[in-house]
Amino acid sequence: MVLGLFVYPLLYSLLSAFTTRDGAFGFDNFAKTFELYGTDILFTIVIVAASTVLTGILAALIGGYLVLGTHPAAVAVLKWLYRWPLFIPFIVAAQCMRTFLAKNGMLNNALDTLGLVDVANLSGLLDWRGIIVTFVWKETPFVALLVSGAMSALDRASIEAARNLGAGSLRILIEILLPQIAGVMTVALVLAFVTMLSVLSVPIMISGGAPTMITVDMAFRVNSYSDYGVANAPGSISYLIAGLAAWIYVRHNVAGETTG
Amino acid sequence: MTRALGWLWRGSLLGLIAFAIFGPLANLLLWAFAIQWYYPHKLPLAYGFRYWGEVFKPTSDAFASLSTSVLIATITVVVCLLLAIPAGYALGRRRLPGRAFILLILLLPQAFPSVAIYFNIARLFYMVGLNGTIAGVVLVHAAHGLVIAVWIAAAAFAAVDVELEFAARNLGASALRTALTITLPLAAPGLMAAAIFVFLESLDEFTGTYFVGVPDVTTLPLIMFTASLAGNYQIAAVTALILLVPSIAFMLLIERFLNTEMLAKVG
Repeated sequence: MVLGLFVYPLLYSLLSAFTTRDGAFGFDNFAKTFELYGTDILFTIVIVAASTVLTGILAALIGGYLVLGTHPAAVAVLKWLYRWPLFIPFIVAAQCMRTFLAKNGMLNNALDTLGLVDVANLSGLLDWRGIIVTFVWKETPFVALLVSGAMSALDRASIEAARNLGAGSLRILIEILLPQIAGVMTVALVLAFVTMLSVLSVPIMISGGAPTMITVDMAFRVNSYSDYGVANAPGSISYLIAGLAAWIYVRHNVAGETTG
Repeated sequence: MTRALGWLWRGSLLGLIAFAIFGPLANLLLWAFAIQWYYPHKLPLAYGFRYWGEVFKPTSDAFASLSTSVLIATITVVVCLLLAIPAGYALGRRRLPGRAFILLILLLPQAFPSVAIYFNIARLFYMVGLNGTIAGVVLVHAAHGLVIAVWIAAAAFAAVDVELEFAARNLGASALRTALTITLPLAAPGLMAAAIFVFLESLDEFTGTYFVGVPDVTTLPLIMFTASLAGNYQIAAVTALILLVPSIAFMLLIERFLNTEMLAKVG
């Protein structure tokens, strides 16, 4: 089933991407893709990369506080809080953010009520920023869950030793905790990266205009023109990007299998 | 004094995080119960259940799509578990050669951008007449859910103590009886988690259905998407809430099914 529903479409899409209009092998589709959607490819990479980095930083901070925090009540509250978006589907997250980040959304209204901004002069965040916010909001709990799990499994002796020597929490997090869980962090971020790369609903619902992400371009190409060749070219590019990410994943996973 | 200051810091930081997490959800909740709400009003002008009535009216598209969604998700769970239980047992228990490799192959579709896969599946299904059918959508959802199901099932079987099985065998139980009365019940919480997970994944799945289901199979996420793009925020919010509640319930319950020991084995 995996073969039929994954490998076949994959090969087919690669073939189709490299086939020109008259059926020969060629790079026409890629030329057209770069001409039409070059900006979008760059835009996609920048958005997904930025979201991954932000997700990693937030997850590290959350995980670090859960392990190093000295106030049980605050740790318990954070532990209860951070997981909420974990299983919320992207499409629902997108709908939430579509209203929350809008010009007249709750974010702007709250800031306006506090007297920090004036809604009348704001434009809302429904563009590339909105996409990043939605991605980070949705993916941080997943990465933080894995990261904090790995952190709490570490030997506490080295943490206590560092603390006795006078190291601050942030320093312990960066110099002691993070290096030891780098493998888990990488795997989690790779999964988050590829997931974000494949989401169609968020870019459509958060930011309608150009530039947009290549998933939207692919869907448009298929639905409006039935132009599978040009749709499969950005598809192949996304395979390439994901393939690089997957390669990192495999390397870390194999390392984990042999050492742990 | 410094203590109070410290709590002030912690309190406001946690408050900020709470706003970041619950703000978008609260906004959705408001829209689900708003009857009238326009700029520049910060809160809805009138509240009520009018749009709930519209969604749950038996003749409405949304209500029909809800039953379609549940039907598809249920079949998907059955298909996935039938395949995942033997596969998970083999992977989690027997020392299969190339165990890591098999898990890797199963993971591949997960680690790939799905949009391009889906529209090529749609094209394939179109040729064999599966496009726009429940069976087609179930196939796509099951291919996706199977990965997770096998993964969790493998972890669940790996967590079952082998000694218990040996004990049962020593007392004269057959292999089948041991599997049915010892192994399966012990792995049941994990399998339950796998079933719920697959159900939710199927219920929430958008991209695959978007390409494969059209034009005849409309699931809840598709209704939500259409309503949202049409600017029909109340209908979108109500349908989003229907999708949201099970996901949050699962998040709150997951620890009961998946203990941390098992999660460690999944990772």
